[in-house]
Amino acid sequence: MTMKVLVPVKRVVDYNVKVRVAADGSGVETQGVKMSMNPFDEIAVEEAVRLREKGAAKEVVVVTVGAQVAQDVLRTAMAMGADRAILVRTDDTLEPRAVANVLKAIATREEAGLICMGKQAIDDDMNATGQILAAKLGWPQGTFASAVTIADGRIEVSREIDGGTEVVSLTLPAVVTADLRLNEPRYASLPNIMKARKKPLETVEIDSLGVDTASRLTVVSVAEPLERKEGVKVNSAAELVEKLKTEAKVI
Amino acid sequence: MTALVLVEVENGAVRQASRSAVAAASRFGAVDAIVFGAGAEAAAALPGVTRLLSVPGLVNDLAEPAADLLAARAKDYSHIVAAASATGKNILPRLAGLLDVQPIPDVVEIKDADTFVRPIYAGNALATVRSADSIKVLTVRGSNFDPVAAEGGSATVETIEAPASGKSVFVKVELSASDRPELESARVVISGGKGLKDAANFKLLEPIANKLNAAIGASRAAVDSGFAPNEMQVGQTGKIVAPELYIAVGLSGAIQHLAGMKDSRVIVAINTDPEAPIFKVADYGIVGDLFEVLPTLEKAL
Ligand SMILES: Cc1cc2nc3c(=O)[nH]c(=O)nc-3n(C[C@H](O)[C@H](O)[C@H](O)COP(=O)(O)OP(=O)(O)OC[C@H]3O[C@@H](n4cnc5c(N)ncnc54)[C@H](O)[C@@H]3O)c2cc1C
Ligand SMILES: Nc1ncnc2c1ncn2[C@@H]1O[C@H](COP(=O)(O)O)[C@@H](O)[C@H]1O
Repeated sequence: MTMKVLVPVKRVVDYNVKVRVAADGSGVETQGVKMSMNPFDEIAVEEAVRLREKGAAKEVVVVTVGAQVAQDVLRTAMAMGADRAILVRTDDTLEPRAVANVLKAIATREEAGLICMGKQAIDDDMNATGQILAAKLGWPQGTFASAVTIADGRIEVSREIDGGTEVVSLTLPAVVTADLRLNEPRYASLPNIMKARKKPLETVEIDSLGVDTASRLTVVSVAEPLERKEGVKVNSAAELVEKLKTEAKVI
Repeated sequence: MTALVLVEVENGAVRQASRSAVAAASRFGAVDAIVFGAGAEAAAALPGVTRLLSVPGLVNDLAEPAADLLAARAKDYSHIVAAASATGKNILPRLAGLLDVQPIPDVVEIKDADTFVRPIYAGNALATVRSADSIKVLTVRGSNFDPVAAEGGSATVETIEAPASGKSVFVKVELSASDRPELESARVVISGGKGLKDAANFKLLEPIANKLNAAIGASRAAVDSGFAPNEMQVGQTGKIVAPELYIAVGLSGAIQHLAGMKDSRVIVAINTDPEAPIFKVADYGIVGDLFEVLPTLEKAL
């Protein structure tokens, strides 16, 4: 197999952090907040590395579109087993449409045979980049994947849907977006973290790609959602049922 | 302005989330609807729908032909809307890619024809965004828009030939059969977490669900441990629910779980750990062992 797998990864606020809205309502506080690789992207990296280990792919290339500091998630991905990395450098926050334009340029340059990515970035919660990218490339898509198998030039994807699981078969090249249960990502071992430091990391200035990265959405404001008030503790199931009937009037 | 709504029909009935999408879309002006596969009759009966595009030949909601077909029709519409369901989230962003517009997912409030509110960071912030695109492609959260009735309308029906799918082929689907109400539209939801310890214990939720005519949900940890199938997961990456009553049993209330249920009207939590974050959002909490509380709760109901 000579297939190259491209894995787009995003640096986001760590999933354990409860973000705070900035006082001026322009966004959320990211100063001094722990950042990590988007959890769905870790799953995508793991899947791509497993495909290479199984012999279904030849090379795993990770790419991020972001600031210089986003290098750290590329190093993490290489410590997990990705072969090399591309940083498409920009200081702007790009929307999925713009990211998809950048990724299309990279996928074309790299002649990727499969793009394996997260279904959703846990900061903007868009769940859109993979589908937009697939449309722009004219490739089929297997979103919300919980299992994939490659055989005879096709990829079979089990997808998590509202009522259960659906299986589709796609021609390659294709875009697959990872759901939580696709796999359990490995931890990068210390020796592998050391090795990853020596793996190639290429930096591409975003302007050199000549793609449209304009925003179509203007953020008017960002607000705190209504906080729920902490309620009361009750001592027994009987007291609970009583309160649900007479106080909350919900049963 | 006319909006086009992608309507999902299941077992002959329009899904409640799609009826909410029709209600949301009617805020923009006239509403047309489109249905893939069977179900034209049910969709044509939705109040407020003027014209129904029926594509009986496109049976499995494959994203590639569906998005192609929507893109070919898009220029007639100011807004293209779907429920923020697995189907909506699969097809609409692809359509947005074909149209080269930025989709607006998970809308919870419509300010005006261009301005929308959507949650970000697992619902820990609400962003108000204004779109500069000439065609707006959006998915809406059912729990935030009261659905239109299932009957009362009489749309004209235009039948459309399905485009070839080519690059993607449907293989099979496994749907879990259940007589319970749908998670997203149930009046009462009872969810279990890791605290239930195993799949056999998870069944302890059933008698209570039966008494309350409730849907059963689960935390991610419960799903990952095999207590419940994936379609039962409630949260940031599972189903978003906002029932009248949500009962959380043996689940801690992680940010990602709260994202899926904190808009419920009344929340009850049963947990041994008084510090569990779920109590911060619960109206009524019982600090106690679920294996003792559940049987007494069942009796008290
Ligand atoms: C990207 C991402 C997305 C995620 N999406 C989701 C999502 O959509 N939905 C979701 O739920 N999670 C999601 N998670 C996982 C989430 O972070 C938590 O790990 C998960 O919700 C924990 O599940 P739990 O509360 O069942 O388990 P735990 O956190 O282990 O909690 C178990 C609870 O049971 C209590 N307990 C134990 N024994 C008893 C007893 N006998 N009686 C009463 N109480 C008892 C304990 O005190 C504890 O509070 C996501 C995580 C990531 C990283
Ligand atoms: N700036 C970025 N750089 C690289 N990949 C990205 C970027 N933004 C989004 N992605 C990829 O697109 C997926 C979905 O993101 P989103 O559509 O924003 O929810 C993520 O899980 C990543 O795999």
